[in-house]
Amino acid sequence: MDTGTFRGIITFLLIVAFLGITWWAYSRRRKPDFDEAANLPFVDDDEQTTRDSSASPRSSREQDSNGDSRTNQGDRNA
Amino acid sequence: MSTALEHPTYNYKVVRQFAIMTVVWGIVGMLLGVILAAQLVWPQLNLDLPWTSFGRLRPLHTNAVVFAFGGSALMATSYYVVQRTCQARLFSDKLAAFTFWGWQAVIVSAVITLPLGYTTTKEYAELEWPINILIAVVWVSYAIVFLMTIKQRKTSHIYVANWFFAAFILTVAVLHIVNNAAIPVTAMYSISIYSGTIDAMVQWWYGHNAVGFFLTAGFLGMMYYFVPKQAERPIYSYRLSIVHFWALIMIYMWAGPHHLHYTALPDWAQSLGMVMSIILLAPSWGGMINGMMTLSGAWHKLRTDPTLRFLVVALSFYGMSTFEGPMMAIKTVNALSHYTDWTIGHVHAGALGWVAMITIGSMYHLIPRLFGQTEMYSVGMIAVHFWLATIGTVLYIASMWVNGILQGLMWRAINPDGTLMYTFMESVEASGPGYIVRLIGGLFWIIGMLIMAYNVFKTIQRSEAVQHPIPQTA
Repeated sequence: MDTGTFRGIITFLLIVAFLGITWWAYSRRRKPDFDEAANLPFVDDDEQTTRDSSASPRSSREQDSNGDSRTNQGDRNA
Repeated sequence: MSTALEHPTYNYKVVRQFAIMTVVWGIVGMLLGVILAAQLVWPQLNLDLPWTSFGRLRPLHTNAVVFAFGGSALMATSYYVVQRTCQARLFSDKLAAFTFWGWQAVIVSAVITLPLGYTTTKEYAELEWPINILIAVVWVSYAIVFLMTIKQRKTSHIYVANWFFAAFILTVAVLHIVNNAAIPVTAMYSISIYSGTIDAMVQWWYGHNAVGFFLTAGFLGMMYYFVPKQAERPIYSYRLSIVHFWALIMIYMWAGPHHLHYTALPDWAQSLGMVMSIILLAPSWGGMINGMMTLSGAWHKLRTDPTLRFLVVALSFYGMSTFEGPMMAIKTVNALSHYTDWTIGHVHAGALGWVAMITIGSMYHLIPRLFGQTEMYSVGMIAVHFWLATIGTVLYIASMWVNGILQGLMWRAINPDGTLMYTFMESVEASGPGYIVRLIGGLFWIIGMLIMAYNVFKTIQRSEAVQHPIPQTA
């Protein structure tokens, strides 16, 4: 096998691997896990001390939308 | 520092140290940039001394902004994010402290040796071999602290920001060690083990991946934590972030040859670099869209939150410069843009618009929290800083576009008999006004950074006042 063929095979394998990753990432089965992962920045324990309660009061519109703001907006189709 | 600030679980001390040095080195590095911009307007400012000449201060500027400012920012944020998203303390406090003091030692060595004229002549890898060994030791320690903290995590998932930080740390270790492989001749002089075209290709494999992994993957790690945090909603699509990660790290590696168009590098390698650079647009914009769309339904927050404005405008500049980059990598465009000020403008669209603005936004989120507070001393000052930084960046890149295209067109203009229409000196003279506008843009930036430093100082002072209240008489 010459170098060119070898490189071609490597490129092909990388494309297959990438398509595999994409298929895996967008499979319906992964959705709950990814939702959990996406919320990791918000589950740290000392959030109470850092949340700015003294800042300007939130509008009612903001409070209403807060309910669904923690859900993953980009993946509504699944 | 009072022990009352110590977090029960996390090591915030090293994060605080790196965060403060980010501001300090940002001012030093950008001040050097302003001095260099002024030297291009008034060449007498090199003072006719070797130590203050453009050729020696320029690598000091790039090292200070990329490795001192950017490096401190990356270490501060990666240590903060990995602890908070893994819910685990840093692997070793001692090793973490070593990475801080070791990294500062590297920077101080650069500040001393570069003006003295010690250089390997490799762009963004100018430091000589003894310092390179220290960098390698510090970097491997950083990798151990970061990866072992992930290993000890209390959560089942590894949050996407940590994937980007880990890729940045591992890749920079490989890039640094391979590109700086050299045979020492004297205590401060070495010769690269590569020669000729191979040396050039290794250098730009390093150089472009320093952009791709140090200045992109690392700061994307920052983006994936601080944008959701400041917008108070999770990332737009976690699935897209996974595809973004793998696409970006698979493609960036191959884009280096676009720095060597129309050189002795084989033509096929140049074309490969061009094609891979164009493909790179897809993952870059995928990441930008993911960050931007996180704000959907929360755009109104931009009106009141200048920190969020920093983060979002950083993403806009990221999108802009990752469109400009692939375009400039096209060989025919590169024939016009290469070796002109357009390249410098492009670099600063990325460095000021993306890297510095995402860093500053992250710091304004991070610093009050590190000092037991919820907000910076003055939100108004953040807003002023935001406008200074934005206007400064626009002045900088617009003047360099004009200069770059002007220079490219003047250099290629030929008379009917085939002789050059302009001398090189004429193109330098024509660039004068652009250099003045660029200097003004730089001054906007340095003023903004000084305002940030004052704001940070007052925030820390306020925190100390809270920790040590004035004793009351009974």
